[in-house]
Amino acid sequence: MSDPRRRVEMQGEPPGSPQPPPLVRSADKALRAWRETPLIFERSRAGRRAGRPPSPDLPVPELPVGLRRAHPPRLPELAEPEIVRHFTALADRTFGVDTGFYPLGSCTMKHNPRVHERLAGLPGFRDLHPYQEDEAAQGALELMWRLQEMLAEIAGLPAVTLQPAAGSQGELTGLMLMRAFFADRGEERDTIITADTAHGTNPASVTMAGFKLEKVDTDARGNLDLDDLRGKVNERTAGLMLTNPSTLGLFDEGIEEVARIFHGAGALLYYDGANLNAVVGISRPGDMGFDIVHYNLHKTFSQPHGGGGPGGGPVAVRDTIEPFLPAPLVVRDGDTYRLDEDRPKSIGRVRGFAGPFGVFVRSYAFMRAYGPGLKEMSEVAVLNANYLLAQLRDVYDLPYDRHCMHEFVLSARNLKREHGITALDVAKRLMDYGIHPPTIYFPLVVPEALMIEPTETEPKERLDGFVDAMRRIAEEAAESPEILKEAPHSRPVRRLDEVRAAKQPILRYRFGDSGGAALESARADPSARENP
Amino acid sequence: MSYLSLTDSDREEMLAAIGVSSVEELFEQIPPGVRLGRELDVPPALGETELVRHIEELAARNVHTGAELSFLGAGIYDHYVPSVADVVLSRGEFLTAYTPYQPEMSQGVLQAIFEYQTVICELTGMEVSNASGYDGCTVAADACFVARHVSDRRKIVLAEALNPQVRQVVKTYAPGFGFDVVEVPQVNGTTDPDRLAAAAQDAAAVLFQQPNFLGCLEPAPDLAEAANEAGALSIAHVDLMSLGVLEAPGAYGCSIALGEGQSAGNWPSYGGPHYGFLASRGEFVRRMPGRIVGETVDADGRRAFVLTLQTREQHIRREKATSNITTNQTLLALAGLATLSWLGPEGVREVGETCLALAQYTRERVPLEQAFEAASFKEVAFRTPIPAREVIRRAREHGVHPGYALGRDYEGMDDVLLVAVTEKRTAEDIDRLGAVLEEVCR
Repeated sequence: MSDPRRRVEMQGEPPGSPQPPPLVRSADKALRAWRETPLIFERSRAGRRAGRPPSPDLPVPELPVGLRRAHPPRLPELAEPEIVRHFTALADRTFGVDTGFYPLGSCTMKHNPRVHERLAGLPGFRDLHPYQEDEAAQGALELMWRLQEMLAEIAGLPAVTLQPAAGSQGELTGLMLMRAFFADRGEERDTIITADTAHGTNPASVTMAGFKLEKVDTDARGNLDLDDLRGKVNERTAGLMLTNPSTLGLFDEGIEEVARIFHGAGALLYYDGANLNAVVGISRPGDMGFDIVHYNLHKTFSQPHGGGGPGGGPVAVRDTIEPFLPAPLVVRDGDTYRLDEDRPKSIGRVRGFAGPFGVFVRSYAFMRAYGPGLKEMSEVAVLNANYLLAQLRDVYDLPYDRHCMHEFVLSARNLKREHGITALDVAKRLMDYGIHPPTIYFPLVVPEALMIEPTETEPKERLDGFVDAMRRIAEEAAESPEILKEAPHSRPVRRLDEVRAAKQPILRYRFGDSGGAALESARADPSARENP
Repeated sequence: MSYLSLTDSDREEMLAAIGVSSVEELFEQIPPGVRLGRELDVPPALGETELVRHIEELAARNVHTGAELSFLGAGIYDHYVPSVADVVLSRGEFLTAYTPYQPEMSQGVLQAIFEYQTVICELTGMEVSNASGYDGCTVAADACFVARHVSDRRKIVLAEALNPQVRQVVKTYAPGFGFDVVEVPQVNGTTDPDRLAAAAQDAAAVLFQQPNFLGCLEPAPDLAEAANEAGALSIAHVDLMSLGVLEAPGAYGCSIALGEGQSAGNWPSYGGPHYGFLASRGEFVRRMPGRIVGETVDADGRRAFVLTLQTREQHIRREKATSNITTNQTLLALAGLATLSWLGPEGVREVGETCLALAQYTRERVPLEQAFEAASFKEVAFRTPIPAREVIRRAREHGVHPGYALGRDYEGMDDVLLVAVTEKRTAEDIDRLGAVLEEVCR
């Protein structure tokens, strides 16, 4: 019988070459190099350099006393070949959508078309200064205006600001808009209601915007609990923040009544667009009754996630809220476009310039490629998710037994109860199958949650590979749980001591003072050294 | 065009496995009253060839810094972006990964962020850096949120010579934090430490910029001291590309250093995406907003990196978090790391010295009166005999963009033009600027 610890079928090619065999923890030099990459500071050699900036034959003026730097910064000193190898080695130790299946729930890790990088890098965009006169930036302004128009159509709301830098800043912008809207009407409303399934950004944004927070329960079908809601909405309520479909991957079947409750109390509804990928061209937030919507351009509209960013978080609003949008907005006058800074009721500026323009180029290209076919994008996202759900529901617990939208939440509580295997163990073992784990332990209302979002771009074979891996892991939980407890076995590192990281924080390289057994390997490497 | 992968037979098999006859059945949970029921009214789909043609046409209608001789700066600078930055930007693993929640899958990006944090700490003279913020504006608001947690005071002081967009963003965020914002006027292009000290007496934090938005070098150590003595957090907004020659904020007593990272490794890109950097003294680490990467060990005792101090963050602390930030600007920050590694300590000093030399040469060659006497780093403000906006309009007809009209932000400065240089400009470029300004200001 073969070693059950061996990876079954590898889904994607994990980075690093050659492939490390399972459970081999020494010997092979290539394997060791994959596992232990020196810090760029450890590759540094005094006197070595790459870039030589132009040095005109002009006198350098003296700086005023006390303003000149006394000690040079200890930046790394490398020639270009080793810089390139360093970042290549780091890339080899990183897993992206380009590497393999990445079903990270609520993050919409879809394929990022390569043509977008070429387009965003066109000199007419890349080298365009944001203070260029409007008449000399007409192409950029037209692209932004057209993007605003398409986003407005998708939300079913008339006015759009592109300025917010990411979804959570879009949320904050939306809450500031609520505050300005009610202040303008002379109403004092200080409370925002969020679902108990909400992303953590929702309550954090509520605090940053200076509102109080109230939470509403989820009912047995995964919808907002309408009775609980009716008891909490009153004349102090500014609004609701809701993701629909929710973080459970379920469309709120009572959304029309939810809107009536809030609008009936004079309050507003805010749509967190994190899960918009389920409903583009199918159901529009504005038609659901939402007054303010943010989009995540890096989720739904394919700005690459970049290891954590950049993103884009445009916000759309009803016409009654339009006067309060951040300045500037892109407006069209006949055949020309301009930035409109003259917005007296605006909440102000939430970010520099008109927003992350390079993100707009990519999302605009994505939307123009699909056209009205964006609806099919959402249909396939939902089809892919339901296909996975249908084949995993008998081996993992399903807390809400409905068709899902673009993602779904399973629970590993059955494995925990029967075999002591947690969602974390499942996640770590998936790595050995060449698959990025789903989002785990979220939403908080589901114990041992596994939140799975395949996206529309995955082929059936990848989905089948994920099903096989998840089913095999459930078998392994029964047969050989220790393998799961020790997973992953095939990554550059094994499980980390996260408590130590938080209790004894080392947050930067310490140059001469970097002792500790953890660094033995770095010292033993002849190519490594510490900076002077 | 689409980026979908399913064939018709795939779909049939999948629908059968689900037990439905059509995709529409899966959407029955959406009440009919909120369904769109028509096709989206957006332009028709384009193939890649047509898409590229269309977007190239849009790009061609912009006048970029390679199409005219540009001296625009005012917060976004045309420094050289080295080709090693492309190594980071073009690797699919960095490009298409997300926030490294699962450290075993993400050691490369985690290590790179750790290295970025170290580089930011070295340049600013600080002990802790986060993994990046959205831009140079929002990190200033983030720093005010730190001040809200460490001080009972409810006032923020901004130097008027601080970037106007930064001030605007701080003012937008301030009401939610319960802060009043006051500004200390500039005097002859710089901030008076005594006036700053007076305003700081009951302030939680003081923000100033070095070099400031008007192109002048502030008496930054005196400003930091004024804030510190008043018991306010001293926060310096700085330019990474200046810190090879200008003193690090940590060395003159600032509590927090932050700024716009674009100048180090990012293209102007019509305003973004770029990265904001935020670094502080060690005592504020548990109040720091945003992601932070730390070093630890794995189960074999091997060095490894992980997102740490997460109890500050929204996904754990929810309404008690130090920030709502989730997505940051990692990819742009890593382009900054590659750029600063390419320059090294000698390179950042040389860039700074080239900027100083070219700014001085600009003072000599531009036939206009200097608006302020204070020393410059890479920007110089000049008085124009006609409105600066008109100077810009006329100079552009000669193929030169001479700079930024400070009257856009400052009352009484309609006749002030802010000229920026970087190491990409040459003495000959500046000679041409001087000749064009001579011509159009006549």
